[in-house]
Amino acid sequence: MSFINTIIKGEQGLFKSEGLTPMQKLILRFVVVGLLYYGFALIEGMIMRIYQIEPISSIPDYQYFAILTAHPLVGIFGSTYSLVFGAFLFLVPFLMKKPLWSYKLGNLTFLFITIGTLVFWLAGFISHYAPLYTLYWPLPSDFSQFNPLGGTFFILGIALVMLGTVFFVINIYKTIAYTPKGWDKQPSRALIASAIGYDGLKNLFKRKKKRKEHLVSLPVAAIARGTVDAALNAGIIIFTGVLILVFMVGHLLGFDLKETAIDALLYKNWFWWGLDLIADGLVLIFVAGTWYLLAMLITGKKLFMQNIARAALLVELIVSWTVWSHHLLSDQAQPGILKIISGEMVTALELITQGLAFFITLATLWSARPLKMTNELKFLLGGLLGFALAVPAGIMQADIGLNRILHNTQWIVGPHVHVAILVGLTMTLYAAIYKLFPIVTNNAKLYSQKLANIHFWAHLIGGIGMGAFMGMAGLKGMLRRTIYYNGEFNLYMILAGLCGALLLVAFIAFFYNIVMTVGIKGVIGIFTKSKLPKEDLQPAL
Amino acid sequence: MVDSEIVLFGQTIAYTCYAFVIILLMAWFAFKITRPGKTNRISLTLFYSFVVFLTVLGISLHIITYNTIPWAPMDINRAEIKPDKVFNISIENHQFHLPSEKLIISTGDKVLFDVISKDLTYGFGLFRQDNSMLFQMQVVPGHRNDILWQFNKPGIYTIRSTEYSGPKGTQMILSNVVEVTGQI
Repeated sequence: MSFINTIIKGEQGLFKSEGLTPMQKLILRFVVVGLLYYGFALIEGMIMRIYQIEPISSIPDYQYFAILTAHPLVGIFGSTYSLVFGAFLFLVPFLMKKPLWSYKLGNLTFLFITIGTLVFWLAGFISHYAPLYTLYWPLPSDFSQFNPLGGTFFILGIALVMLGTVFFVINIYKTIAYTPKGWDKQPSRALIASAIGYDGLKNLFKRKKKRKEHLVSLPVAAIARGTVDAALNAGIIIFTGVLILVFMVGHLLGFDLKETAIDALLYKNWFWWGLDLIADGLVLIFVAGTWYLLAMLITGKKLFMQNIARAALLVELIVSWTVWSHHLLSDQAQPGILKIISGEMVTALELITQGLAFFITLATLWSARPLKMTNELKFLLGGLLGFALAVPAGIMQADIGLNRILHNTQWIVGPHVHVAILVGLTMTLYAAIYKLFPIVTNNAKLYSQKLANIHFWAHLIGGIGMGAFMGMAGLKGMLRRTIYYNGEFNLYMILAGLCGALLLVAFIAFFYNIVMTVGIKGVIGIFTKSKLPKEDLQPAL
Repeated sequence: MVDSEIVLFGQTIAYTCYAFVIILLMAWFAFKITRPGKTNRISLTLFYSFVVFLTVLGISLHIITYNTIPWAPMDINRAEIKPDKVFNISIENHQFHLPSEKLIISTGDKVLFDVISKDLTYGFGLFRQDNSMLFQMQVVPGHRNDILWQFNKPGIYTIRSTEYSGPKGTQMILSNVVEVTGQI
């Protein structure tokens, strides 16, 4: 096949978008948009990497901080939420062997996240609204620095994403609990109880013979438990958004509300409680669930220590509600008891829960050797390595003594945040994409294995390298969230920039490989209407 | 008193060693997993030993740092410790307001920095002349933000805000305004 033919029709013309079910098209739309927003975040990241070496004269500092504000939000909401929600809206019905409760709501989730991300990104780009994702009070309502109209659109964009999240939450629980047409009545309450771990908890206090069987599989339980945190997080962000909007609308109408009406420390506590439900809640739970699912799919075997894995997911859920104080270890007014119990001790439990998930996944893979080193396996191992590096880095900074000299340095965002997200989370998501790709494309053939290998190595080395050099700069005192104008940390920043460029190479290789696999015609076809029934996950044979 | 430079050096060594070990372990695992093995059963003793190891590691880290990093217990108990010197500092409109042009400290002194913000959330950090950090804290409006620090070495330090407070905050730097004098 000629190059032109391949780029238009895809590898060997095997991908036929007209043969896709609506559900397959829905997940592929999530993937396309998720990857586009990943590309957005990557370009923003590269601009900031260059800026940290030498401030770019055509980009003023207020524009830089607007990019810094949008970057993590586009990465998490626009990209990760799209990829994760898309995958889980497909996987829950797939694993439970029943249709999604509402295809329409799934589509709304897709639209709200896609449009919401574009709205807040544009608001930041045009108006330079830049309070950063932490929104420390009263910065979001400091109208001497930020335009309230731009801020209003920014908050509305975030609200749309959260609304999409709420629809996702409803759809997941309804799908677990509902009875499809023509089926025998499903035990809705029992299914939900099993999914969120209530049954498992009760089993702990029962004799072996009286223990109930788990009604839902482990990956579904992981999705359901992570979704609890997604719901709570959406609630906190919507509440905070409304609060900020009140101040903005008030200012636009000509009367300024007193910023001191809100206690800055109390606000910081509840907002970090909500934000941590993403970082230490749904990410860790969803990732552990995805590792388990991938390990079972790759090996075709049962998970090692299944019941312990289930219990660990429940512990992780409870832990995720009680760890927020590790973000406030440098806040001197924060009660010491909260710093020690929530900030240090409960946070240390994450080393145990994530360590267990790591061990169980590796043990399951080991039990099935020899395994073929497929793309999904190598990316899964990369994802495991990412968290093995990033979680201990996080535990170190969640220490009263060490936090005093690490807080807000590049250490936090390098070896912890970027290694966790880029290597741990993103490589796990890539593993899922490579594994699910044949299922959702009706066996389209990957264009080039060489490009997949470049994708893997460039991403792994780039991600770990960038995190490492940022971390080294952090240990030398380089702050995050500021601009250095005199090249104080240039050696580390140049090396981090080169590793960032490797990440860009990895993404280009992957994107090109996928476009050549499905073809431009195929990409367009994903966004057209399917004539097949909405209830079918895959076309009937 | 152990300096923050020594603590960071120790952390660098510990984390670097750990990173190399875990990368090598994963590389070994990736190699071995593609080869047939004698037994594929994982022993439960190994699993439970790993759980115990993680538990001990997670808790002992904080016990070790509390007993080896001198500012950790001093920070927790600062209300009961009488400082040798107190500096009251305020921040407003992205400006530090110091009690005097230079803050002069004698070596060995325990100094309390009591910082208030009259508008936004800021940070307060002391930095050495090579830009490395001595310590930092958050400065939250409407609350007392105090940090007690013992200076055991003579030196000159720069104050800068360690928290983002809008684009104007990048210029919140007071170069070489803290001077620690005297002999070790």
